[in-house]
Amino acid sequence: MNTVTTHRSWKKQPFIKSPLLRWGLVVGGAFYLALVFGTMDVNWGRVADGIPRGQRFLSSFFPPDFTSRATDIFDGILESMWITIISTVVGILLSIPVGLGAARNLSPRPVYLFSRAVLAVSRTFPEIIIALFAVKLFGFGPFAGFIALSVGTIGFYGKLLAEDIEDMDTSQAEAVKATGASWFQWLNYAVQPQVMPRMIGLGMYRLDINFRESAVVGIVGGGGIGATLLTSFDRYEFDSAAAILLVIIFIVMGVEYSSSYIRKWVQ
Amino acid sequence: MPVTETAGTRLWKRRDRKAQLTVWAIQLGCLMVFSYCWSLVSEKTIWEFVYDAPTQAGDMASRMVPPAWDYMDKLWLAVWDTINIATLGTLMAVVLAFPIAFLAARNTTPSKVFIRPIALFIIVSSRSINSLLWALMLVTIIGPGVLAGVLAIGFRSIGFCAKLLYEAIEEIDVSQVEAVTATGATGPQILHYGIVPQILPAFAGISVFRWDINIRESTVLGLVGAGGIGLQLSASINNVAWTQVSLILLVVLGTVIVSEWVSAKVRHAII
Repeated sequence: MNTVTTHRSWKKQPFIKSPLLRWGLVVGGAFYLALVFGTMDVNWGRVADGIPRGQRFLSSFFPPDFTSRATDIFDGILESMWITIISTVVGILLSIPVGLGAARNLSPRPVYLFSRAVLAVSRTFPEIIIALFAVKLFGFGPFAGFIALSVGTIGFYGKLLAEDIEDMDTSQAEAVKATGASWFQWLNYAVQPQVMPRMIGLGMYRLDINFRESAVVGIVGGGGIGATLLTSFDRYEFDSAAAILLVIIFIVMGVEYSSSYIRKWVQ
Repeated sequence: MPVTETAGTRLWKRRDRKAQLTVWAIQLGCLMVFSYCWSLVSEKTIWEFVYDAPTQAGDMASRMVPPAWDYMDKLWLAVWDTINIATLGTLMAVVLAFPIAFLAARNTTPSKVFIRPIALFIIVSSRSINSLLWALMLVTIIGPGVLAGVLAIGFRSIGFCAKLLYEAIEEIDVSQVEAVTATGATGPQILHYGIVPQILPAFAGISVFRWDINIRESTVLGLVGAGGIGLQLSASINNVAWTQVSLILLVVLGTVIVSEWVSAKVRHAII
């Protein structure tokens, strides 16, 4: 009776359901890639020349040379650490007023818009570009790096602080206000305890980011280990460069683990 | 709640004596570390330059307006390069990160003792080195140009993508995998029908998120010679052509904002 074939086959559902969008993305992607490889200007001869140099660089990791530039490396790492610490502290201190201003439930409209604009600008520009200008203004050295990282910290921390304040529990804030507290008392007893645990965690996270960034501000003259690394690359001292890179990896890992440990402990 | 009673009036304080002393001790410790670091940095700073900075900044700002709009003709190519560096770098990273994530995830790795630590080491070293440092290395090795930028972005992003992806793989729903296994599927089939569909949304989200970050990072790679708009920026700064600099900054701002918008839209559509 049933003449229709009972064999039914199942096929996995595609990730993007609309076939038009799916094939559009495929065709568009292929077209884009063709265009890119057509216009990209790569000097393959130079790339081929680099292969032996690359091998030399890789072989210099076994073993890296920690000793011949030991004092330079040590000074550079220490300088990066000072920059990290003071820029995190100053950046967070400065971001508190900006963050308060950028919280919608706390500040009047003009202050809110102004603070949001400050945050947006300091967040969009990469730290390196800020460092470039800081070096022009303040001269070479760790001070420029400190300024750049502080500005970056303001953008990052201020935004998260503002969002955290906007999400806070209003009943506690009202209760404190009802006792007749002044504005500062209100901030201190109603707002601050609510945002504090998360903010300490984010501060640790930013310390971690700032250390990573402090390793690169030196490339544009902002002091720290980046400057040492740049020098060793410029002199083609690959074994010292390998040592510096290993030190950076090691410290970044250490900072990351300790900062995530502190974050867990606080929360 | 520490409440003290003196002469009939009850006084509330936020912390008891011990907690308050601990807080003060922590604050004092932080202050000491900070002032020590500050003194070290201050030694290496030429304060005359710093005092002079506000006038310098004003001067710089006044020379930046109006932006040299006609310089835009030369910038389009740089913007195109910047976007390509970010896109190709992200593409390379996600292609390489996909297998590495499977090797690093506890539930899919072939060997917890040998392969997982290697995969984790690749992830950690890729993540610890900033893309600018990768670019610096690659420019020294393969010479300046867009390729160095693409590779730098790619190497830097492998770790980021693989880390987020392997965390997503470790959090998958095992019942689906068991169901596929029960049909008698082979290993690759389990992967294809049981695991991959579960992590595809996360995978797409991570890729777009990283692409957005990479646009931002590829704007500065040119400072070490790895192509993109950073090349024009450092050239204009060296030539003290401030009107060009301000235009480049505006272009960077625009590119970053547009990429952020695109990424937010796409992620919103996926999730």
